[in-house]
Amino acid sequence: MTTLLEFRDVWVEYGDKVVLERVNLAIDTGEFVSVVGPSGAGKSTFLRLILGQEGPSRGQVLLDGIPLQPECSPDRGVVFQRYSVFPHLTALGNVLFGLECAQAPLTARLFGGARRKARDEAAAMLEAVGLGHSLDVYPAQMSGGMQQRLAVAQALVKHPRVLLLDEPFGALDPGIRLDMHELVGRLWLEHRLTVVMVTHDINEAFKLGTRVLAFDKRRHDPHAPNRYGATATYDVKLDRKTKAAGPPAELLPAEPVPAA
Amino acid sequence: MRLVNIKPARGPRVLIGMVPIAIALVIYAVFSAARAEANPNDKVLPTFLAMAQAAWRLFTQVDPRTGEVTAWADTTASLWRLGIGVGIATVSTLIIGIALGVVPLVRAALGPLVTVIAVIPPIAVLPILFIALGLGEASKIALIAIGIAPYMIRDLAGYVSGLPSEQFLKAQTLGASTWQLTLRVALPQALPRLIDSLRLSMGPAWVFLISAEAIASDVGLGYRIFLVRRYLSMDIILPYVAWISLLAILTDWVLLMISRKAFPWAHGDGR
Repeated sequence: MTTLLEFRDVWVEYGDKVVLERVNLAIDTGEFVSVVGPSGAGKSTFLRLILGQEGPSRGQVLLDGIPLQPECSPDRGVVFQRYSVFPHLTALGNVLFGLECAQAPLTARLFGGARRKARDEAAAMLEAVGLGHSLDVYPAQMSGGMQQRLAVAQALVKHPRVLLLDEPFGALDPGIRLDMHELVGRLWLEHRLTVVMVTHDINEAFKLGTRVLAFDKRRHDPHAPNRYGATATYDVKLDRKTKAAGPPAELLPAEPVPAA
Repeated sequence: MRLVNIKPARGPRVLIGMVPIAIALVIYAVFSAARAEANPNDKVLPTFLAMAQAAWRLFTQVDPRTGEVTAWADTTASLWRLGIGVGIATVSTLIIGIALGVVPLVRAALGPLVTVIAVIPPIAVLPILFIALGLGEASKIALIAIGIAPYMIRDLAGYVSGLPSEQFLKAQTLGASTWQLTLRVALPQALPRLIDSLRLSMGPAWVFLISAEAIASDVGLGYRIFLVRRYLSMDIILPYVAWISLLAILTDWVLLMISRKAFPWAHGDGR
């Protein structure tokens, strides 16, 4: 296992408001990191730092030892809770888009043999997420679960170094959510992915993750709630075999994380 | 049953919609008949027959002075001006609106200018256009384009910048450059909105066309209406107004059909 992502004394501040403080951690290749914590504890900010949607106020985020630019790039794929897919493209078009961008800088479209090759690759990816039968369907005609499957396929076709999931199953009903757990768990194993997933559902975090990060504030000033930022208060590495035992006893009473 | 819960079926709904129109027509027929009985030369409320005769003359007979069928000459002249003006507005909206919506730097640079131009009443600029571009076609076309483009640009820029930021982020994680995400993410989603705002702008576009034609022209639908007004020729004005309305309805319908056919995903009926 080699270190893929590293946070070195990372702070995020918006004016007087401190969101994250002193985040120091390293994520290895192949880990499935679940990030939990109450609302406003900086889980999403943490994810946005990795994504490159924003940069740290202090400190560094390194990918393969190189500081990240505050800009998205194809080595980090993402699935958001909503709006992850393009409504004006079919399922196939959505997955093709990433391949087209790489191969056709000017038109962002492929023709002839190159298109057939890319199409086969995209179709195979859709098959892998269970959408092999709906290649020509627009997202508006899909259920929420199908849209998230499509979003996963769209991200994976670029073979990202890290896959970021921002509450990806939060808007799905429980049955569909279980199917999605199965899918993401399987893809993680098959493609040897590194995944960072933000979730509100602590069971989901322990079920899927090989490591659970709990974000919360260590210090709290009741007169100035924004004075102190959150950080990773618990960092639990789970052995795949003992994971079924569920959350360790010391975590739950100390950190009652709402599961909603 | 409560009034709000009574929903007419498709057949009865069309019928119910026809009733007020029929009532309006009958009222008009009664009053125009009464006036025609009192004065056969009445000009203010011509009978349907008189209007049909005037329309027939204008739409079928060649005017010996110009050598053309008056109504068709007026229609082609007006539609040509309208088409070019609206076309210029649409193309500039597409380019400027998307640039404003996608690129924050462009928004910072050009946003205030567009806002200032948008608050200028276009008719107030008409004299400037006449002075700068002369009384020919250019000034009329320019009035239409200047009249509707700022609204359309602001509408499109607002729509594009309001697209979920997740889409732009996702496109970047898929390797899209600024140009690629403009071309493949912003542009296709902007097009149906552009057609929507074009449909809404067609009303003002007609207003500007008719205003320009009324002031300085020698052919055109607006010119004709304002010309025959001097002779109180309601028998020509009313059919012309009806004809303009019909053209407007047809344009609207054509635009809607284009949008439905070309962008099925935007109309909720999928493929």
